[in-house]
Amino acid sequence: MDLAQDVQLEMFRAMLLSRRLDERAWVLHRQGKIAFHISGIGHEAAQVGAVFAIRRGYDWVSPYYRDLAILLAVGMTPAEFVMGMMGKRGDPTSGGRQMPSHWSLKRANVISHSAPVATQSPHATGIGLAIKLRGDDRVVLTTVGEGATSQGEWYEAVNFAAVLQVPVVFVVQNNMYAISETPDMQMAIKSVAEKACGLGVPGISVDGTDVFAVYRACQEAVDRARQGGGPSLIEARTYRMTPHSSDDDDRTYRSREEVEEHKKSDPVLVAKRQLEERAILTEKAYAEMDAQIKAEVEEAVRQAEQAPYPEAEEALHPVYAEEIRLAEASHA
Amino acid sequence: MARITMREAISQALWEEMERDPKVFIQGEEVGVWGGSYAVTRGFYDHFGGERVRDTPISESAIIGSAIGAALTGLRPVAELMTINFAFVAMDHIVNQAAKLHYMFGGQMVLPIVIRAVSGGGRQLAATHSQTPDVIFAHFPGLKVVAPGTPYDAKGLLKSAIRSDDPVLYIEHATLYQMRGEVPDGEYLEPLGKSKIQRPGKDVTIVTYSKGLDLSMKAATELAKDGIEAEIVDLRSLQPLDMEPVYESFKKTNRAVIVEEGWRTFGIGAEISARIYEEAFDYIDAPIVRIGQKQVPLPYNRNLEQMALPQVEDVIKGVKEIV
Ligand SMILES: Cc1ncc(C[n+]2csc(CCOP(=O)(O)OP(=O)(O)O)c2C)c(N)n1
Ligand SMILES: [Mg+2]
Repeated sequence: MDLAQDVQLEMFRAMLLSRRLDERAWVLHRQGKIAFHISGIGHEAAQVGAVFAIRRGYDWVSPYYRDLAILLAVGMTPAEFVMGMMGKRGDPTSGGRQMPSHWSLKRANVISHSAPVATQSPHATGIGLAIKLRGDDRVVLTTVGEGATSQGEWYEAVNFAAVLQVPVVFVVQNNMYAISETPDMQMAIKSVAEKACGLGVPGISVDGTDVFAVYRACQEAVDRARQGGGPSLIEARTYRMTPHSSDDDDRTYRSREEVEEHKKSDPVLVAKRQLEERAILTEKAYAEMDAQIKAEVEEAVRQAEQAPYPEAEEALHPVYAEEIRLAEASHA
Repeated sequence: MARITMREAISQALWEEMERDPKVFIQGEEVGVWGGSYAVTRGFYDHFGGERVRDTPISESAIIGSAIGAALTGLRPVAELMTINFAFVAMDHIVNQAAKLHYMFGGQMVLPIVIRAVSGGGRQLAATHSQTPDVIFAHFPGLKVVAPGTPYDAKGLLKSAIRSDDPVLYIEHATLYQMRGEVPDGEYLEPLGKSKIQRPGKDVTIVTYSKGLDLSMKAATELAKDGIEAEIVDLRSLQPLDMEPVYESFKKTNRAVIVEEGWRTFGIGAEISARIYEEAFDYIDAPIVRIGQKQVPLPYNRNLEQMALPQVEDVIKGVKEIV
């Protein structure tokens, strides 16, 4: 492993923070403190591996709703996440107006996506085009689920990016489900990466429970993109360890045995074992890290609970940019 | 008569039509094993099998486009969109194909397709998952647009929609699935394109449909306590649009309030009031009032969302402005 030890530890910590915060969100939902949660549990390796391959805060990110670990890694604070879940005014995306987990964070070049899946993919291509036109050296990381690759606009986005040779890395987080539907109901091929050859981009499939494998694959794609080599498609194979969302009951379509079986390759455990084998992490250091993260999560929840809700009238936030400018002018 | 929910009424209509006509089949995301995103087709997969209750990839354009193809051969597909917001992904097939093919084929082929879609806000699903864009579909000649507000109508209208040789967009409101109402035990059909008086009254005419009916009925109960008797005309179908009951009622009350959940701008209220103006000008005794959503995308936070959506109080206030 060519990654410095402290970077490996930092990646592990990013995964663990995302996991603990995500678990806390489920508790908040059970307590009736948030209305909805869509979880990234099981996706931490795919996300952290991908986001550590870019220049965080410099490159662009066009994420999807499970990408909590990506957002934390580019600088969204845990308290900001919880405020978004609660629809508080301090929600950095839009003060409680946008759906939770449909983040945008201008200070880290993160754009929000919409409810229809895969709409972020053509946006990523457009950002790639802009990068090329402006002549800077940024890249775009964009993510999507495997089910969303059944959308016409996903193909259009990748095809367009391939034709234009723009610096976009398309990461598909294949978690074996799209709500209840399995990948064989979405596609007649075994791996999403096979879609790449028909579109003329390099495509590879990696073990999405291995953060370092994902990192290596993404690093290569990011380097190529930055050097003008065009877009890539990476499938990270993982498993959705939770129901689709807080509105779903996954017991109606998959067995508990199946879920338990996949917990053996829980990406957080996989990474922990790897670091232990490499003598980078001890059980004691892990326990300390975990305790510290849990305290950080509790502090975030406390802050978010104390933060104010928006006034009902804030629903009327200007829809047009020019109204905003007028409103600002009238304040002066 | 049985008191059943809107969900059960829709489900019964589908079930009965599937049993009656082997040419009817269902396709959409999560309609089979999962039973539909609002559980309308629960149990269908086991009974009718995966060939007739087909789970599809997340490909709205292909769901509608392939339903059109199958319908052109004489089958009767019922294509489900998880929400009407995803209709925009399939808009070309709905607007450029479904609405126009009968005309463009010179009537040689018919297009007996039903598109079921969940519309409406109020469930904290935010801007791109909560729209009530029903009216825009009524803008295109060639589509029928049906949106029931009671279980009785939901069942009778869906059965007629499936038997119709024209493409029908059948709109179900996300917050009405639990609403209960009387439904006859045996088979019945309700005609497409007929408005219906849901509450008789003499002081003001409320014209509405779908969720707006629920708001208006509640408002009417409150208004009655103040001695105001509202007559409620439920359009049930936006295309074809049956205005006769509206004119009849208006000629009696001389006042109208139009209630829709969607945005007012270029909305149903605009159309209805223009027609009243054209056909019943001499009977107008007060300005026509339009109630609808605030002109913003629907926000997530519950208080903000409710602030933006029309409420029962808005209907009451609207009526009191002109009575
Ligand atoms: C265009 C569109 N159709 C349907 C949906 C409803 N929907 C939301 S998430 C989802 C499943 C997506 O599965 P996948 O892309 O594999 O992502 P995952 O949730 O598994 O991470 C569906 C069908 C949607 N959001 N957008
Ligand atoms: Mg998936």
